[in-house]
Amino acid sequence: MRRKFSIPSWIPTVLVAAILYIGVAYARAQGKISPYWYQVAQLAAVMAISSLGLNLIYGFNGQFSLGHIGFYAVGAYGSALITKDYLTKWSGNPVGALSWIVAVQIGLLLAFFVIGRMRLGALRRKMRDALSEALKPGEIGIISAIVLLILAAAGLAIGAGASYGLHLLLVQGLGRLVAITPKPVMEQVILFLALLNGGTMAALLSYLVGLPLLRLGSDYFGIATLGFAVMMYTALQNSDMVIPTMKGARGMVGIPRWTSWPWAFGALVFSVIVMRNLVRSSHGRAMISVREDEIAAKTMGVDVNQLKTLAFTFGGFFAGLAGGLYAHLYGFLHPSTFNMVKGFDPLIIIVFGGLGSMTGTLVAAFLFTFIIEGLRVILPQGFEDWRFVIYPIFLLLIMLLRQQGLLGTSEWGWFRAPLPPAREIPVPDRTVVRQQPAAEKES
Amino acid sequence: MTSITRSLASPKVLLRAVAWAVYIALGVGILWGVVALVRLQGPVFFLQAVLDGLRLGFVYALIALGYTMVYGIVRLINFAHGDIFMVGAFTSFYAITQYKWGFFPAILLAMFVCVLLNVVIERVAYKPLRNAPRIAALITAIGVSFFLEYFTALKWVFSADYITYQRPFKVVVWNIKGILISNITVIIVITTVLLLLILRYIVYNTRMGKAMRATALDKPTARLMGINVDGVISFTFALGAALAGAGGVLYAIAFPQIVTFMGIMPGLKAFVAAVLGGIGNIMGAFVGSLLMGMVDVLVVSFVPMGSRLRDLFAFLVLIIVFLVKPTGIFGEPEVEKV
Repeated sequence: MRRKFSIPSWIPTVLVAAILYIGVAYARAQGKISPYWYQVAQLAAVMAISSLGLNLIYGFNGQFSLGHIGFYAVGAYGSALITKDYLTKWSGNPVGALSWIVAVQIGLLLAFFVIGRMRLGALRRKMRDALSEALKPGEIGIISAIVLLILAAAGLAIGAGASYGLHLLLVQGLGRLVAITPKPVMEQVILFLALLNGGTMAALLSYLVGLPLLRLGSDYFGIATLGFAVMMYTALQNSDMVIPTMKGARGMVGIPRWTSWPWAFGALVFSVIVMRNLVRSSHGRAMISVREDEIAAKTMGVDVNQLKTLAFTFGGFFAGLAGGLYAHLYGFLHPSTFNMVKGFDPLIIIVFGGLGSMTGTLVAAFLFTFIIEGLRVILPQGFEDWRFVIYPIFLLLIMLLRQQGLLGTSEWGWFRAPLPPAREIPVPDRTVVRQQPAAEKES
Repeated sequence: MTSITRSLASPKVLLRAVAWAVYIALGVGILWGVVALVRLQGPVFFLQAVLDGLRLGFVYALIALGYTMVYGIVRLINFAHGDIFMVGAFTSFYAITQYKWGFFPAILLAMFVCVLLNVVIERVAYKPLRNAPRIAALITAIGVSFFLEYFTALKWVFSADYITYQRPFKVVVWNIKGILISNITVIIVITTVLLLLILRYIVYNTRMGKAMRATALDKPTARLMGINVDGVISFTFALGAALAGAGGVLYAIAFPQIVTFMGIMPGLKAFVAAVLGGIGNIMGAFVGSLLMGMVDVLVVSFVPMGSRLRDLFAFLVLIIVFLVKPTGIFGEPEVEKV
C-alpha cells in the first residue's frame, strides 16, 4: 500500500511553539505586555511542566496521586537553597549547599545500589526456607525484617560516608570553578544546577515515597500521597528548626529572580520532549497498559511495580523542575503556596485537558493560568473576592458538560504516535476456517 | 531426661526463644513508652490528654461517618463534606447569637440546614455525574468545596474574618482529683453517642438502612431488586450532612473560633480517620476517629513543638497503618477480580 504524502507532524508543532515563544519574547521587548503578564506567561509554562508530570503519573500510568504539590515544594525549596547560598553564602561558602545536596543525593543512590547488590529478597527467601521448620511464618517475618533492616542500615552508612567524602571534594572543585568563571555565566550555571537539583531531589524523594506506597490500591494511594503532601506542608512550616535560612512559616525571601521566559520555555520544551519520547517508547506503552488493566499487564509479562515507580519518579522530577522555576520566578517561597488547595491545581489541569493527553495538558495549563489571573482583571472593582466563587462554577460547568476533558486522550501533531506503515497481513481463507469445527463435530 | 536436654539444644527451640525475645522486647518497648509518657508529666496530665483526645475524637467521628457512608455507597471522596461541617457551625452561630436560641434548637437547625444543603449539592453537582468517570465527580467535589468556602467568605454572606463563637450555655468545670472535665466534654460525648446509636438503628434496623447496605454492596443488583438507588444515595448524603452539622456545632463549642475555612483541616483529619478505620465501615470510622483525636492531642501534649507538628504526626500514623494493613484497621482486603 502506498502512503499518502503528508507534512511531517513535527513541523506544525515546532511552528506553534516558535510562534508562542517569539510572540511572548517580542511583546515583552516591545513593551506590549506588562511585566505582570510576562510573569503570568512564565507561570503558565511552570504549571504546564508540573501538570505534565502529574499526567504521566495519573493520566498515563493510572496512579491517582494527590501529593504532587509536595514534590513541587521540594524542588522549589531545594533549588532556592542553592541559589540563595550562592548569593548570600549562608553556609560559609558560595557552593556549600550545592555540594552538600549533590553529595547527599549521590550518597543515597550509592546506598540504594549497595542495598540492591545485597540481594535482600533472595536472602530473605533463603532465611525463610531455612527457618520454616522451626518457626511460624509471622515470627520468621519479624526476624528476617530485623536482619534486613540491619543490612539496609549498613548500606545507608556506606552511602553516608561516601557522601561526606564527596562533599569535601565538591566544595574544593566547585569553589575553584566559581573563582575562575565570570559572574554572569556562573549565575546561569548555578541556576541550571539548582533547577537540575530541584528535579533530582524531587525524583529521589518520589522514588522513596513511591517504593512503599505504590502497592496500595488506587484510592488508598491517592490518600497516602495526600497525607505526604500535608506532611510536607507541615514540615516546611517548621523548616526553620532544621535549616534556619528556610525561615519556616515566615516565608523564604532573598531568592534571586533569575527565571526568565527563555528558561521557563526551554524547560517546558525539554520536559515535553522527554515526556513524549518516554510515553511513546516501549516503556511508555507498558505504562499505558498498567493504566488500562493492571492484571492483564501483569499477565503479559509487564513489570507493573517497576513501571509504576518509573512513572512516579519521572513525574516527581518534572514537579521538582517546575518548583525550581517557580522559586526563581517570584523570589519568595511560603509554605502556604504549597498547601492542599493549591495542590489540586495540577489535578484540575490534567482532568480539564484530558487524562492521558499531553496536548490537552499543555493547552489546559495555559488556559487555566490565564483564566485564574484574567479573572483578576476582568472582575470590576469591589468584586475581587468573587474570583474563587466564579472559578469553581466554571469547574462544575466543565465537568458537567465535558467529563472526558477538553481533548480526551487524543493528541495533536508531533505528540501523536507515528503510525507504523501498513503491512500486508496474509488473511487466512475464511471458508476453510468455518468448515473445520463442523468437520470435527462429525468425527 | 536426655530428650529434654537435646530438645533444649536443638535449633528449633533456640530460634523460638529468639522470636519470643523479640516479642517480649517489642511489648516491653510499648509498655515502657506508655509508662514514660505517664511519668513525664504525671498520670493526671496523661489522663487529661487522653480525655481531651477522646473529646476531639468524638467530634471527628461525626464528620468521619459522613465521609465513610458516602464513600461506601458512591465511591466518592466528598471533599465538600468539611465545608458542610463549617456551614453547620455558622448556622448555629447565627441562631445562638442573633436569635438567642438554645443549644438543642440550634443544633437541630444546623443539622436541618446541612441536610438541605447537602441534598441540593448532591442533586445539582453529583447526580448528573453518576455514570461519568470517578475523577470527574472528584473534581466536582473539589469545585463544590471551593465554592462553599469562597462564597461564604464573601462580605455579605459570612465574611472571611475569624468570629468568636458564643456558647449557648455556661461552662462548668468539674475537678476530679486533678482531672478537669467540663460540661462541654459531657455534652459532646452524650450527643455523639446518641447520634451514633440513632445512626446504627437507621442503618441496621430499618428498611432504608437495609437498602443502603444493599446499594453499597452492589448498585445494579440493588436497582434490580426494586430499590430506589437515587433516593438511597440522597438519603445517605442527608444522613452524613446531619452528622456533620451536629459535629460543626460541637466543634465550635469546644474550640470557639469560627471562620469559613475552618472545615478544611478537621474535614481532612476526619476523612483520614475514616480511611484509617477502613473506609465504608461505620465501626472503623468511629475507632479511627478516636485514634486520630488521641494522636492529635497526645502529640501536642508530649512531643516538643508538638502543636506545630501535629498534622505531620497525624498523617504519619495514616501512612504507617497503610504500610501494615493497606485497607485500614477494619477494612476488608481488596479482592482482585479477573
